[in-house]
Amino acid sequence: MNMISENWLDIGALEDIPRQGARVVKTPRGCVAVFRAADDHVFALDDRCPHKGGPLSEGIVHGHSVTCPLHNWVFDMNSGQAQGADSGQVGTYPVRVSKGRILIDGAELARG
Amino acid sequence: MGQKLVVIGAGMASGRMLEHLFDTAPGAYEVTLFNGEPRGNYNRLMLSPVLSGEKTYAEIVTHDDAWYGAHGVTCRFGDHVTKIDRDRKVVISKSGETPYDKLVIATGSAPFIIPVAGKDLPGVVTYRDLEDTNAMIAASQPGAKAVVIGGGLLGLEAAAGMAARGAEVTVIHLMGHLMERQLDPAAGYLLQKDLERRGIKVHCKGATKAILGKDRVEAVLLEDGTVYPADLVCMAVGIRPETRLATDAHLEVARGVVVNDQMQTSDPAIYALGECVEHNKQLFGLVAPLYDQAKVLAQTLIGQGAAFQPVQTATKLKVTGVDLFSAGDFAEAPGREDIVFRDPGRGIYKRLIIEGEKLIGAVMYGDTADGAWFFSQIKDSTDITDLRETLIFGPGFAGGPKADPLAAVAALPPEAEICGCNGVCKGKIVQAIEGGATTLDLVRSQTKASSSCGTCTGLVEQVMALTLGDGFAANANPPMCKCTDHTHEDVRRMIKTLGLKSIPAVMQELGWKTVGGCASCRPALNYYLLSDWPLDYVDDRQSRFVNERNHANIQKDGTYSVVPRMWGGVTTPAELRAIADAADKYAVPMVKVTGGQRIDLLGVKKEDLPAIWADLNDAGMVSGHAYSKGLRTVKTCVGSEFCRFGTQDSTGLGIKLEKLLWGSWTPAKVKLGVSGCPRNCAEATCKDVGVICVDSGYQISVAGAAGMDVRETELLCQVATEDEAMEVIAAFVQLYRENSRYLHRIYKWVAKVGLDWCKAQVVEDTVNRRALYDRFMLSQSVYQKDPWAEEPKLRADFAPMMDLSREAAE
Repeated sequence: MNMISENWLDIGALEDIPRQGARVVKTPRGCVAVFRAADDHVFALDDRCPHKGGPLSEGIVHGHSVTCPLHNWVFDMNSGQAQGADSGQVGTYPVRVSKGRILIDGAELARG
Repeated sequence: MGQKLVVIGAGMASGRMLEHLFDTAPGAYEVTLFNGEPRGNYNRLMLSPVLSGEKTYAEIVTHDDAWYGAHGVTCRFGDHVTKIDRDRKVVISKSGETPYDKLVIATGSAPFIIPVAGKDLPGVVTYRDLEDTNAMIAASQPGAKAVVIGGGLLGLEAAAGMAARGAEVTVIHLMGHLMERQLDPAAGYLLQKDLERRGIKVHCKGATKAILGKDRVEAVLLEDGTVYPADLVCMAVGIRPETRLATDAHLEVARGVVVNDQMQTSDPAIYALGECVEHNKQLFGLVAPLYDQAKVLAQTLIGQGAAFQPVQTATKLKVTGVDLFSAGDFAEAPGREDIVFRDPGRGIYKRLIIEGEKLIGAVMYGDTADGAWFFSQIKDSTDITDLRETLIFGPGFAGGPKADPLAAVAALPPEAEICGCNGVCKGKIVQAIEGGATTLDLVRSQTKASSSCGTCTGLVEQVMALTLGDGFAANANPPMCKCTDHTHEDVRRMIKTLGLKSIPAVMQELGWKTVGGCASCRPALNYYLLSDWPLDYVDDRQSRFVNERNHANIQKDGTYSVVPRMWGGVTTPAELRAIADAADKYAVPMVKVTGGQRIDLLGVKKEDLPAIWADLNDAGMVSGHAYSKGLRTVKTCVGSEFCRFGTQDSTGLGIKLEKLLWGSWTPAKVKLGVSGCPRNCAEATCKDVGVICVDSGYQISVAGAAGMDVRETELLCQVATEDEAMEVIAAFVQLYRENSRYLHRIYKWVAKVGLDWCKAQVVEDTVNRRALYDRFMLSQSVYQKDPWAEEPKLRADFAPMMDLSREAAE
């Protein structure tokens, strides 16, 4: 069988996260922020801004971007890349929604 | 004679399948057709025109007795099939057993009934068949009240139909906008506006708690406490495949009856089609793929090879006068790009979704003429690289002007009010300009527009630009953010003039250039809307900055500070004990006295917030809003109660003011001070609003600052009584709430509008003062609540979704 598909971890229901909001998953490598955009797309990023360590999960979500609550750095949630004049990147994790459940790649999470 | 074919269900799919079958192989099968409804095939899609009175039942019958007779179909209408016996190849119904060689299951779908109290009351219907339609027609007397639960395709068609017959209809929809599966928020907003124009009330984000009534339905109660009286309730929240017969017969059933490309179920002699089937994990609700299935099944039955391939489908709402189109996939995703076109003046919204070189989705509202063309580009996976620049303008486009940022102002009728202070409408300004007033000053002096508070200046300039064309150069006032060309002042004014009551409404009508705004405009819009429409607008938590979302101040390390309110800086031993206990219990790293005469608990973890609030609530304390753009503190000195110099009870007045103003949202934070004598121990003269007590009464001064800028307050007025002081201050705060741009402190706003204008509004004009006070109190009736007490329901949200740190470490 496919190694990856066996490692999809069910972390909760899509409805557990408000639209344009986020929740965190605690992992051995720190918190991972799981975002739900207005269009129900889900993203998983390290919950740590590369600038001053701000919790991205508390940022305002707009389109497929999130703005760090501490100093307004903006990240593209698809790539984790900082936008505009700022440069930096946050780690992203494979995540998907199946039958209303959010599944995250456990292998990626455990590595680290 | 041919083989025996039994068909269970006379819906649109099975009707079409029989047509194909008799056309291509007449006589191949001897058909028996069962139907739960006591009638044959009719066009279910056309029930909406029947409901609205545009068609009759007779006009939507697709197959009549003569047709069944001509093709030798044995009709068993109203005869429910209760069981399929696969071993003996018979179906069992009320009238007995019917043998088959081949069986077709076409049981369609059943409406989903939400499990609330009262769901079985007489007067609660679904929207599925002619009986439901007739019940709604009977109930739709002019003046009757109907509630539709569900704002999807079906629910809206039911609502529009009943409204067309004169009923007062309310639609309750669980999600944030209508038809969220087919439309994005902007198009959903336009649809809602159109329906409201037809007198249909729309309540989004409404969860039904119960259906009320004794012997029959009387009202619908929502989770938020709203009650809508109802003579009839239509539940249209969704459908699910009707699979009971197939399940009982142990056929393979997932969400629907599982079929292969030939529409064959797990039993080779049994086929299925229509809304009851699941093919490649997909369900089908729209008619186009069902007709494809019908064709494939007819070919399968006569031994011709055919395979069902679902194709893209487009959605149109069958409500006369509503122009709406959606096709393909319109969700945002990695690698996808949007092209958005908005024409606020004509209520038009178009959005194309592009992935690579292909158009993959389209949402259109107001002008759907190009829908079919876009749909064909999607279906054919046309390479649109060369068309891209002008794609959104449709097939006929060959170069033209860019979208006009002045469109929103151009669309205003002449009687639309531009200047609220002096009641000047657009027509009067245009008249003055055409009469030779070619500069802002001339317009000001001739019409009085923009000559008072000045917040409408941007709009007046836009009217001038429209009227004068290139001959006008506007003052540079930067736009609100990169999402729009409008200034804060323009946006505030248009929200009022155009009656915009939601964030999608503002973004649509004012031509926002981004899909969901940004971290700068969203909090500002949320504030403007809640301040202008306290009763209509629902606060959008996700558009708030973290501190206001979590009701605590985020610190540099991601922890929070917690500050309970101490009214006027007065506390008690019991409150201090509770604070000390909380500090111990949650291992608070620092306890600090703030500049606003209260105590700050610093370094609290997010997941502990709800618990620490609950403990402080239990001791009688509420949130101090030390994190909000709102009323922070009222600093006081001890006043006449204890101080030998005190002239009035400054502590008492401070407490009264704090109890009056707390919980209100303002453009930026608001701090007050009340000093008992001119020695000013409460440092009232560097606050946003300061009161100095004197023998003869209370001196109220405003617009102080002690932050980045340091400013002394200026006298607004002196009043004789506490009651007058409270009315003036609340009215002044309301004036600020209604007029300032977001994040401007009072001193900045007063510098812009002038203290004289403020005096005219709240001191000299006592009627206006009272009106401002009343509007402030109306807002307080909604917003003066302790967020800490509201939060138990958010307790789960504050905790991590899952903790993998321990398991994974093993």
